[in-house]
Amino acid sequence: MASARTPLKKVPIHLQSAQLRVFIKGGRIVNDDQSFTADVYIEDGVIKQIGNNLVVPGGSRTIDAKGKFIIPGGLDTCTHFEQTCYGTVSPDDFYSGTRAALAGGTTTVIDFVVPEVNQSLLDAYKRCRESADAKVCCDYLLQVCLTDWNDKVSQEMEVLVKDNGINSFHVFMANVGDQRAFPESVMYQVLKRCRQLGALLTVHAENGCLIEEKTKEVISHGIAGPEGHVLSRPEEAEAEAVYRAIALASMVNAPVYISKVMSRMSADVIHEQRRKGKVVFGEVIPAALAADGSQYFNRSWRHAAGYVMSPPLRLDPTTPEYLTDLLANDDLQVTGSDHCTFDANQKAIGKDDFRKIPVGANGTEDRLSVVWEKSVVSGKMDTNRFVAVTSATAAKIFNVYPRKGRIAVGSDADVVIWDPNSTRTISASSQQQKTDFNIFEGLTCRGAPSVVINGGCVSVDEDGLHVTQGGGRFISAVSGSEFVYGRIREREKLNKPSRVVREPYSGPALSYTSNGTLESVKVVSPLPGTEKGEEFHNRVTRSGGRNLQDSSFSLSGAQIDDNVPQRAGMKVSQPPGGKASSLW
Amino acid sequence: MASQSTKLLIKGGRIVNEDQSFIADVLIENGVISDIGQDLGVSNEAQVIDATGKLVIPGGIDTHTHLQMPFMGTVSVDDFYTGTRAALAGGTTMIIDFVVPSKGESLLVAYDRWRQWADPKVCCDYSLHVCVTWWSEQVKSEMEILAKDKGVNSFKMFMAYKDTLMLEDSALYFAFEQSKRVGAIAQVHAENGSIIAEKVKELIDAGVTGPEGHLQSRPESVEAEATHRAITIAEQTNCPLYVVHVMSKSAADLVSQAQRKGLVVFGEPIAASLGTTGAHYFDKCWRHAAGHVMSPPLRDDHTTPGYLMDLLASGDLHLTGTDNCTFNANQKALGKNDFSKIPNGVNGVEDRMSVIWEKGVVTGKMDACRFVAVTSSTAAKVFNIYPQKGRVAVGSDADVVIWNPDRKRVISAKTHHQACDFNIFEGMECHGVPFYVIARGQIVRDPHGVRVVAGSGRFVPNPPYAEIAYSRIRRRDQINKPRKVEREPYKGEAITINNNDNASNNNV
Repeated sequence: MASARTPLKKVPIHLQSAQLRVFIKGGRIVNDDQSFTADVYIEDGVIKQIGNNLVVPGGSRTIDAKGKFIIPGGLDTCTHFEQTCYGTVSPDDFYSGTRAALAGGTTTVIDFVVPEVNQSLLDAYKRCRESADAKVCCDYLLQVCLTDWNDKVSQEMEVLVKDNGINSFHVFMANVGDQRAFPESVMYQVLKRCRQLGALLTVHAENGCLIEEKTKEVISHGIAGPEGHVLSRPEEAEAEAVYRAIALASMVNAPVYISKVMSRMSADVIHEQRRKGKVVFGEVIPAALAADGSQYFNRSWRHAAGYVMSPPLRLDPTTPEYLTDLLANDDLQVTGSDHCTFDANQKAIGKDDFRKIPVGANGTEDRLSVVWEKSVVSGKMDTNRFVAVTSATAAKIFNVYPRKGRIAVGSDADVVIWDPNSTRTISASSQQQKTDFNIFEGLTCRGAPSVVINGGCVSVDEDGLHVTQGGGRFISAVSGSEFVYGRIREREKLNKPSRVVREPYSGPALSYTSNGTLESVKVVSPLPGTEKGEEFHNRVTRSGGRNLQDSSFSLSGAQIDDNVPQRAGMKVSQPPGGKASSLW
Repeated sequence: MASQSTKLLIKGGRIVNEDQSFIADVLIENGVISDIGQDLGVSNEAQVIDATGKLVIPGGIDTHTHLQMPFMGTVSVDDFYTGTRAALAGGTTMIIDFVVPSKGESLLVAYDRWRQWADPKVCCDYSLHVCVTWWSEQVKSEMEILAKDKGVNSFKMFMAYKDTLMLEDSALYFAFEQSKRVGAIAQVHAENGSIIAEKVKELIDAGVTGPEGHLQSRPESVEAEATHRAITIAEQTNCPLYVVHVMSKSAADLVSQAQRKGLVVFGEPIAASLGTTGAHYFDKCWRHAAGHVMSPPLRDDHTTPGYLMDLLASGDLHLTGTDNCTFNANQKALGKNDFSKIPNGVNGVEDRMSVIWEKGVVTGKMDACRFVAVTSSTAAKVFNIYPQKGRVAVGSDADVVIWNPDRKRVISAKTHHQACDFNIFEGMECHGVPFYVIARGQIVRDPHGVRVVAGSGRFVPNPPYAEIAYSRIRRRDQINKPRKVEREPYKGEAITINNNDNASNNNV
């Protein structure tokens, strides 16, 4: 071979070439801004060429994509692999989880570092990296959950951002599973710290106190089944917390990202606040687009428990359609799966008490197909918007764009060849993820990946799934994403607190005496300004004299005779404009 | 000098596209961007521009101008030469003007006339929208020809200007239906013309003849009503809708609600509605007040510009034009005794970029990427010329502006490049000015001034079926077929109506 490239490993080039050089012919490339028909050539894990009549080296694997879409691989913003809940661990670990993600066309996931109580964030991060690096089949990013606030946390956040490729932190505003609610009083400090670091705070928004009270009520009515889960976590508790999170963030001039927008009410809060210019992003999970809360009332306990997630699916049956409309319209921005699976025997920990049911459902494998079916097939979105909500916008928010989320020369070769004409019916019996239940059971999706290329290697083709354990990489996310922080930085320059320069108050004032009682003290001061040789009411003119055209009226209410003591509430006998005593 | 150099290298600037920004050099050859990258080599023949610390953005696209427009008995003073020259001076490298046929006139004849006016004079590239001012089978077939062969993908219908340009609802429906059939975008000037005609009479009778009458004869709800009606008709015909000059908060709210429900609708605020308010109609100086007369009018609610900018920033409104249609004092004076005879129109084509930068970016409402989206990229997508226009990318037209965010200028009729004697933004200080403007690879503005050549601009055909609008529309067409229920025929008793209107029971 004439290629000057040095082989990655000591493998003869003709043996590795089929994996590392891929030529995709005749497909329609879809990015978030436009679509066009062109060929794509991939080498060494990177998109090398895009165009028609490309000259490609021999020995490349050629894939025919005629009639299909070439889209950026999905970016799942929210997965919880190997998550512990009520003492049991989710059966999908970083291997089976990322494998399932690839099977569905997702080539990058964002998972969570969950420190134990009082554990150092860095230790938790390192442990998570060790576990993940050895197992992941696709690229991944991490968000770090915060459980408490102190100086050490603050310092560790900085280390994580500067040296460890973290640019987002997560807090829970309510108890969810094993996660304790983050102390409300220090949300302000955390948001401020995030802004300083150029990081993004993502929040699980529910009002913990409301839920606690509601739960007591529900239990007192003798409800112990999964329906109690939805009854105890009402829409209002979600919307209230969303509003509070946005309000806090805008007070600090920090961006905020709402994970898992599940209800119409909270979606409305987000789009209203966005219209007012708040920098807030809303994430929707496929479960919320395809299912509603009626599932919790299913007669089968196992079925109902399978849908237990927080916030729960909503009882209002119009919710999925409404959220899809808002997602199509950019009132909500991204989709993540909140993938956190538990088998029947694990869910059964809570068989007599809904409060003990491990929280979570599947999603990472089916996200792309479900979003496609519900929004593109239904005519609510075009394919460009589909790419935006499944990868491009998330890549912008988490600052890995255009490396991820775009089909462009120089981007990572995470490419999905999407077949809009293939049909698949989702079922637990045919899924890749390691769990015995699927919340989308029986949903027919008219659109599925036919080929998935992950870091330049073909992971899914007509022969099935080919993955390498540990083949994925950790992607370092740089802080200060332009998409998130562009406006924030501009506003920082503008929004300085403003101070009014006033004459000191010189009227009578109450003050505390040494024995703690109040005493009226007359403050006698010289006519304000006289000691400095200045006029009372206005600055001197540029030439140095007093401007005789100026009115002595002052908006602050200060008057020229403020130093003369008056009784409070004394009637003005000669108001400006003359006396009106005849009427009194 | 500059025109002889076919190669141009912009070094060290920050390229801003709608999706991202990055620092890179841009090489321009033969009117096209031929390379983008780090440290591009300097060949001898290339002219080098140092853009360090500046932004390199796609040239603006003004979606709404009326240059050289015969209107209300006179012709707007900015013609296709001075208008496009002013556009270039302000950083806009493409305009989209309107062909306005008179009632009964062939659309094709009017189109040819506008092309003949424009082609020898334009200094920058341009496209055309065509107005549908009357309805017949001929109009219908001409719309198809325009879309297929003449590079027109948008038709504008007036819901105002009763008896001259206005279409009735049924004609609107037909025009929307036909727009949809030929893959075009339906645009509307949304104001209820019938109500306005009555309001004008009332005000004149009440002795209100000055420009303040213009505002009072066209209240906000009149704009909102028509906007809602247009949205309804668009929904029923499944046609993409484009509301030109969104001037009020209530109309903007309707546009954003409609798209939340899934309608394909685009809202276009203009420089005037983003930069100033209707308080000027009450100015004591007649000339000043008349200078602001345009339709729909600027709103006297002083929170309107900020509100529209918020919606433009959040994506509820999408792109920006100017409705540039300028008249001098002596022309405005046609209506000195009757506000309804004041020629409608204001300036904007030159100042749009600076005004939006000042009111949108400097205030922290939008970032530079969104600025690019609302001033060019989205317009390019809607009119289906993206990424030829609206993006700084290899292969795109070299319509590039080097934007200096650190310089200031004060807008004034004394210094502007437009032909008119008035400027509605008089005295506005804008932080952010074009440093260099490059149109099709030629430097047309540099720090020394503006140098343009009449006729150097080209007509840019807008292909039908813009993806941003039509991919959803098409899908919905496939889904939303009318439904018919198969039933057993009704066999019971039915009454029949006799000619003499007596109902009687008959057995079937």
